Amino acid sequence: MNLGIPASLRSRPRERGRRSGGGPAPAPRGPARVGTRRLGLFGRCRAWLVHHLQAMFNTLGRMARSPVATLMTVAVIGIALALPTGLHVVLQGARTVGAGWEDAARISLFLRKGTEEMEIRRLMRDIGAMDEVATVIHIAPDVALEEFRRLSGFGDALDLLDENPLPSVLVVSPDGATPELASVLVERLGRLDAVERAQLDLEWLKRLHAMMQIGERAVLVLAVLLALAVLLIIGNTIRLSIQSRREEIVVQKLIGATDAFVRRPFLYNGLFHGVFGAMFAWLLVTLALLSLAGPVERLAALYDSSFVLSHLGPLGAFGLLGAGLLLGLLGAWWAVGRHIREIEPS
Amino acid sequence: MLRLENVGKRYPGGHEALAGLNLHLAAGEMAFITGHSGAGKSTLLKLIAAIERPSYGQAYLNGRNLSRLGRREIPYVRRQIGIIFQNHNLLDDRTVFDNVSLPLVIAGYEHREIQRRVRAALDKVGLLDKERRYPVMLSGGEQQRVGIARAVVHRPPLLLADEPTGNLDPVLSEEIMHLFEEFNQIGLTVLVASHDLALIERMDKRTLCLDQGRLLPERQQGRTAG
Repeated sequence: MNLGIPASLRSRPRERGRRSGGGPAPAPRGPARVGTRRLGLFGRCRAWLVHHLQAMFNTLGRMARSPVATLMTVAVIGIALALPTGLHVVLQGARTVGAGWEDAARISLFLRKGTEEMEIRRLMRDIGAMDEVATVIHIAPDVALEEFRRLSGFGDALDLLDENPLPSVLVVSPDGATPELASVLVERLGRLDAVERAQLDLEWLKRLHAMMQIGERAVLVLAVLLALAVLLIIGNTIRLSIQSRREEIVVQKLIGATDAFVRRPFLYNGLFHGVFGAMFAWLLVTLALLSLAGPVERLAALYDSSFVLSHLGPLGAFGLLGAGLLLGLLGAWWAVGRHIREIEPS
Repeated sequence: MLRLENVGKRYPGGHEALAGLNLHLAAGEMAFITGHSGAGKSTLLKLIAAIERPSYGQAYLNGRNLSRLGRREIPYVRRQIGIIFQNHNLLDDRTVFDNVSLPLVIAGYEHREIQRRVRAALDKVGLLDKERRYPVMLSGGEQQRVGIARAVVHRPPLLLADEPTGNLDPVLSEEIMHLFEEFNQIGLTVLVASHDLALIERMDKRTLCLDQGRLLPERQQGRTAG
C-alpha cells in the first residue's frame, strides 16, 4: 500500500543528527508562548480585532455559500419588519393631515336673544381685534334657519314654528390654536355679556386624536409581536446552524477555543440576518410607498390638499437598520447562550 | 510538567475508571501508556486535557491544578497541550492548511506568522505539498500526520496522543512514532496511549501500564533515548 510518504519524512532520522549539531530546529523550540493571555495589551487588542474580522468574513462567506436559505430567512425577517414600519409611515402621514385640520377648530358664540345689530357689530370688532383670533363671521338667525332647513330635512316641521328659535351666532376661528389655547379662548369669550354660550367644535378633533392613538397603539403591539417573531426566526436559524456545526465546535473547543471564539461567528450570523432583513424591509416599504404615491396624490387633490405620503427619512432608515441589527444580535445571543455551552468534547 | 496525586475518576453509576493514580512526568520526557481497552487510558488523557474532571485527588499541569479549573480557564489549559486523536478529528470542509492553522487562529496569531508556522509544521510531517487539499483527499496516514501538524503548530509544551496508530499499518505506525520521538528531542513532553506493545517495546521509552484503572509498578526501562 502506497500511502505517499514523501522522502523528506523518511529521511528525517538521518537529518536529525545533522540538525542537532547545526542549530535549532524550525518547529517547536524553547518555552511555548501560547494563548492570548500572554500577549501584551496591544497584541490582545489586535488579536481581538483579527478574530472579529475573521468571524465576520467567514460568516458572510458561509451565508453566500447557501444563498437560497439565506435569502429566504432574510425575506421572512424583512417582511416581518416591513409591516410595522409601513403602518408607522402611513400613520405618520395621517398625523400630518390631522395637524393641518387642527387649524380648522371653530368656536361658536351663541348670542343672547334680542341682541341689537349694533351690539353685534361692536362685539365682532372687539373679538376680531384679539391676538388669538383670526376671523369672526356673523351668522344671522334667518341665514342659520335657512341652512338648517336645507341640511336637516325638517323643513316642514320648522314651518310650524311661530318665530325663528335660532340665536345669532358668531363663528370665531382661532389663530393657529392648539386645542388647549382654543379652550382658554372659549372660556374668555364665554364671559362676554352678550354671549349666552360659547362652544368649541373640538369633539371631532378629539375623536380623531383618540382614533390615531388607537392606531399607534395597534402598530406598537404589532411591532412588538413581529419583533418577537424575528427573534424566534433568527434564534431558530442560529440553533440549526449550531447543530449542523456541532463537530466543528467540539474540535475548536478541544484545541483551546474560548466560548467567545466559538460564539462569535454565530453572533455575526444573527446580526447579518437582522441587518439584511432590515434592508429588505426598507426596500419593501419604499416599493409600497411608490405604488401608493399615485392614488394618495389623487385623493389629496380631491381634498384640495398638497399632501404627500413622506418616506422614512434617514433617521427612520437608521432606526430600522438598528432595530434589525439589535434583533439579530439578541436572537443569536439567545440561541448561542442556550446551545454552545451544551456542546463539549467527551 | 504533569503530576497526578492520588487521582481517581468515578463515573455516575459507580464505574471506577481510574483509582488512586500517582504519576509524575518531567518536562522533556516521553512516555507510553498501555493497557487493555477499558483500562483507563482514554480517561487519563481526558483528565489531562480537561475534558473530564477527577473525582478525587489533585492533578497539576505546568503547576496549574486541573481539579479546580474554572470553566473560563479550560481553553487556556488546552492551548498548552497538543492533542492527537485516533480518528484525527479533522474538519472536512476545510483545507489541510486551514485545519492546521486552527490553533493559531484561535490563539490570535497574525496572518504572516500563521502562514510561516503552518508551513513549518506541514514541512515537519512531510505534507507541505498538500496544504490545499481537503482531508478526504488524503490517505489515512496523511490525515493522521495533518492531525499531528495541527497538534504541534502552536508549540505546546505537552503532546498527548490517544491511539495515534490505531488505524495504521505497522510501517506507518513506526513512522508516526518516530515523528513523536523527534518532537520529544526538540523539547516537547510526549505522552502516547497505545496498545501496540511490540512497537512500544522497540521505542524503548518509559512505559506506564494501566490495569483496571490502576497503575502497575513501572519496570525500569532504558530511558537513555529520552
